[in-house]
Amino acid sequence: MFDASSHPDSLPNHPGVGYKPQHFAALTADPGPVRWLEIHAENYMGDGGRPLAQLRHLSERFAISVHGVGLSIGGEGPLDADHLARLKHLVGWLNPASFSEHLAWSTHDAHFLNDLLPLPYTAGTVDRVARHIEQVQETLGRQMLLENPSSYLAFAESEMSETDFLREIVARTGCGLLLDVNNVFVSATNLRTSPRDYIDSFPLDAVGEIHLGGHDEDRDEHGELLLIDSHGKAVVDPVWALLDYTLARSGPKPILIEWDNDVPDWPILAAEADRAHAALSLIPA
Amino acid sequence: MSVAPSDFTAGLLDPDRPAPNGLTDAQGRPAGKRFDVYRNNVNASLIEALEQGFPVIYKLVGRDFFRAMAAVYLRAHPPTSPLMMHYGAEMAGFLETFPPAAALPYLPDIARLECAIRRAYHAADATPIAGTALAEVAPDALPQVRFRFAPAVQIIASAYPIHGIWRANSDAGGPAPVAEAQAVLVARPDMDPTVSLIPGNALPVMTALLGGTALGAAFDQGGAGFDPSALLTLLLTHGAITALT
Repeated sequence: MFDASSHPDSLPNHPGVGYKPQHFAALTADPGPVRWLEIHAENYMGDGGRPLAQLRHLSERFAISVHGVGLSIGGEGPLDADHLARLKHLVGWLNPASFSEHLAWSTHDAHFLNDLLPLPYTAGTVDRVARHIEQVQETLGRQMLLENPSSYLAFAESEMSETDFLREIVARTGCGLLLDVNNVFVSATNLRTSPRDYIDSFPLDAVGEIHLGGHDEDRDEHGELLLIDSHGKAVVDPVWALLDYTLARSGPKPILIEWDNDVPDWPILAAEADRAHAALSLIPA
Repeated sequence: MSVAPSDFTAGLLDPDRPAPNGLTDAQGRPAGKRFDVYRNNVNASLIEALEQGFPVIYKLVGRDFFRAMAAVYLRAHPPTSPLMMHYGAEMAGFLETFPPAAALPYLPDIARLECAIRRAYHAADATPIAGTALAEVAPDALPQVRFRFAPAVQIIASAYPIHGIWRANSDAGGPAPVAEAQAVLVARPDMDPTVSLIPGNALPVMTALLGGTALGAAFDQGGAGFDPSALLTLLLTHGAITALT
């Protein structure tokens, strides 16, 4: 069980954005309300060059959140020791305000599939995920945040709800949670549950960061609405409303805008951050 | 019933396999198209990673050929590491035995060059020696001097005009290539990798220097008309040398 009080740094309760190198000049000239940046850990695991030079520069001005997409925390096999060592190196020299990863798997039999793949919610998965999170927290010497996934389907074998699963993981490991409000909306639509019920049953005290992003709309073979977490467009109004609902219960939190595909010019992303800033300004500190 | 990750993985990489049993929609019906979301994410993201990693090959073969080729490649060589910056390292060998690419025999060497450029982009930073450092060595000591090279420095030699093909199909721009064997030096003076033509008679010298041979013995490898000062200027202006030993 990790004692979170041993690492007091945390992200500010202000808007952040997922950092894209094409925004470097505009972002540093006028960050607007953005006080922190999130980077994907795997893009900064080279030996040198521009990515690391930019990151060193940005970390002097902004709080940094390191967000892993390749650790495969939910994987069946052991964590990739080489990858964990690379992560320890990055987190060691950068000393970011936060490290987070996903409730998902992406590696099987040494094959990395470059996507966040879903897990059944069973007692066995709880054991495995908790063991891996404890290993990460011990290796990095800090608490990590675990992010709720976007779900497109359900596992017949699941024995518990996602929120009960996450609550159990927090109780066992002392990790924090990254609440992706767009993922809540996507999963609830796809699995025909209530996004507000999900927020009501979510352990909001454990939330160290909130994510917002855009999604695409499709239909399955039965004509049912199928939302896809694409990070390729603006956040939709129902997700902003769900953010307001969440903040009213959680109090202010660091809020990240994720926009990874069809990345817009900086003013459009900054306008999303302005909207997050406006949502935060309605919440008593 | 439980879904084995191996079945899930096999389903992702093989578009002809049905979704694994035990995955459902909200009403308990088989997941069907919902499983395809993951399948599409895996395929599209890996193809996109290859498009970003091999922009000159993409330009040479066009979008449709590239995507069809990439879809075959990613099944033969799924990533073995979460570092997508290195994905595609087996592309040259793959293209050598990919029948549809047989009419473009220079493609494997272009793949080697594009992989070298990516390695250079992410290579460790290094401080090059000053342009005057060689002049400060006593003339009679010069033949015994060895160069230490920056981590970004690589040589790609080809039976095809890879420098001309690369230039004409990259942002660098250049005239249409003419048929000849070419070798290039990949380096990174600051943040952006550079690709420079190595004169044919200097290739054995450059190969020897990179292998740790001293200047005198390396220069003896030069062919007729080898110009030592031209090679040294090339290395110094691209920040390739980090120490004299």
